Amino acid sequence: MKRLDFIKISEWVDSETKVLDLGCADGTLLKFLKQQKNINGYGIEIDPSNIEKGIKNKINIIQMNLEDGLSVFNDQFFDTVILSQTLQAMVNIDKIMDEMKRVGKNIIVSFPNFGFWKNRFQILNGKMPKSTDLPHEWYNTPNIHLCTIKDFEDLCAKKGLAITNQLFLTDNHPIKYFSNLRGSLGIFQLTQ
Amino acid sequence: MSRSVGIVKSKIFHCKDELSLTCGQSLKEFELVYETYGKLNSKKNNAILIPHALSGNHHVAGKYHKADKYPGWWDNMVGPGKPIDTNQYFVIGVNNIGGNDGSTSAKSINPKTKKIWGSAFPIVTVQDWVSSQKKLIEHLGIDKLYAIVGGSLGGMQAIQWSIAYPSSVKKILCIAAAPSLTAQNIAFNEIARQAILQDEDFFKGDFYQQNTKPKKGLRIARMLGHITYLSNDAMDKKFGRKLIQGKYNYNFQKNYEIESYLNYQGDKFASSFDANTYLRMTKALDYFDLEKIYKKKLSKVCSKIKADYLVISFTSDWRFPPARSKEIVTALLDNNINVSYAEIKAETGHDAFLLHNDHYHQLISNYLRSRT
Repeated sequence: MKRLDFIKISEWVDSETKVLDLGCADGTLLKFLKQQKNINGYGIEIDPSNIEKGIKNKINIIQMNLEDGLSVFNDQFFDTVILSQTLQAMVNIDKIMDEMKRVGKNIIVSFPNFGFWKNRFQILNGKMPKSTDLPHEWYNTPNIHLCTIKDFEDLCAKKGLAITNQLFLTDNHPIKYFSNLRGSLGIFQLTQ
Repeated sequence: MSRSVGIVKSKIFHCKDELSLTCGQSLKEFELVYETYGKLNSKKNNAILIPHALSGNHHVAGKYHKADKYPGWWDNMVGPGKPIDTNQYFVIGVNNIGGNDGSTSAKSINPKTKKIWGSAFPIVTVQDWVSSQKKLIEHLGIDKLYAIVGGSLGGMQAIQWSIAYPSSVKKILCIAAAPSLTAQNIAFNEIARQAILQDEDFFKGDFYQQNTKPKKGLRIARMLGHITYLSNDAMDKKFGRKLIQGKYNYNFQKNYEIESYLNYQGDKFASSFDANTYLRMTKALDYFDLEKIYKKKLSKVCSKIKADYLVISFTSDWRFPPARSKEIVTALLDNNINVSYAEIKAETGHDAFLLHNDHYHQLISNYLRSRT
């Protein structure tokens, strides 16, 4: 199955530009962007086994804790900075948003929408939500800062980031209307 | 399954070309002792050079005789089916000029005077080693090395290679290294040197003629070195406060196991290592400073580099800590060079680069196999 979020993200990345993927896991997205857009990509990752896989995937992968900031990179070093489904697992979201603004021009963020109707429904039923985009149990989830699409839009406004593009997916299908209710995954393209 | 490279034999490369040294002197000709493992393919594009660190040599893997107690110093890394796989790569180990194990050094005969060089042997630098290694690579008919894998001082040589000969190496694996030493590092080296220089058996470097060796100085130098190669935690775990005989002696004999270990290591080293080599190796470390060599900021120095890089550091290494490796990563990033960086969780300090660790070995193996 082709991941629609990756395909959409690649549409927002220019060919042969410099791309940073924060929390790049095994480098699948960077590998895809390299194939599609011939980008000069770097990924940041903390998990040792992902570092091994990233190297196997022939991407540039740098082991660092995102929470410590991006001090190895100069201001406006990248054309695009991507935070793909990592935001919700971070402690200091304020700081990473500022750092993304500092090192990149084109900012792409994707995250699971806590306001998705299936999540709301499970809470109404008295249970913590689980779904394709939120697969963990409440007690072992790495996701500590879940938000809704509306919440994220508020944060962007507060951070002075303009939303240039947005897209919502549920089970790999695009959602056009009532996205905060019907969209399971939100993808935003932001600029300063 | 991984195996040993088996029984190996060292060779000698006699270079008739004059080698100009950084210090201003030159060597009219020189010899390098080296070993190779695996086969050079017909395209000659599978060669990997392994420069050694402070006390290392050309004997990277295998044994000279079946009865040898120990194999080469990086035998866990190099061999058939090992991370640096000799079924695929042609691996070259070389003893540096000034080194302890047969290459032209203070122990050699000075062709001018027909006497042992001794104290007159020049101070050599990382740049000098790299230019002499380049001659060896040319002698072996190799235009471009597939990779250079170096740890510690070996990592510094790997970096220098990629700057001095950017088109002659494809991949650099720079492990537990730094773009220069810190004041603390130089301070440790100075204590080690002073221990040797003040030993009455040193004779200002001309002890060979006196049929003696400055063993006392070398012992202290090595004991000090060992403390800095290990982490506090590793030492605590291995030795703790364990007593040799379970009780205090109330004298100055060895009481703790750590004392016994350090003395054993010191004795072993002092009987086999050359004092002039130790002095020169530490000087080469001190003098390595990319910004000073090239009179530019590190990121400008790295602008010449064409090789891809894998930089590796170890969390508990306080002699070449992760922050120093990150300086290298930052400078490479500034030049859009392909670079990956791994900070390996290890409690064994600087020594970790020589020890077996599955994750570490997998990284090296994956990196060498990628981008072929």
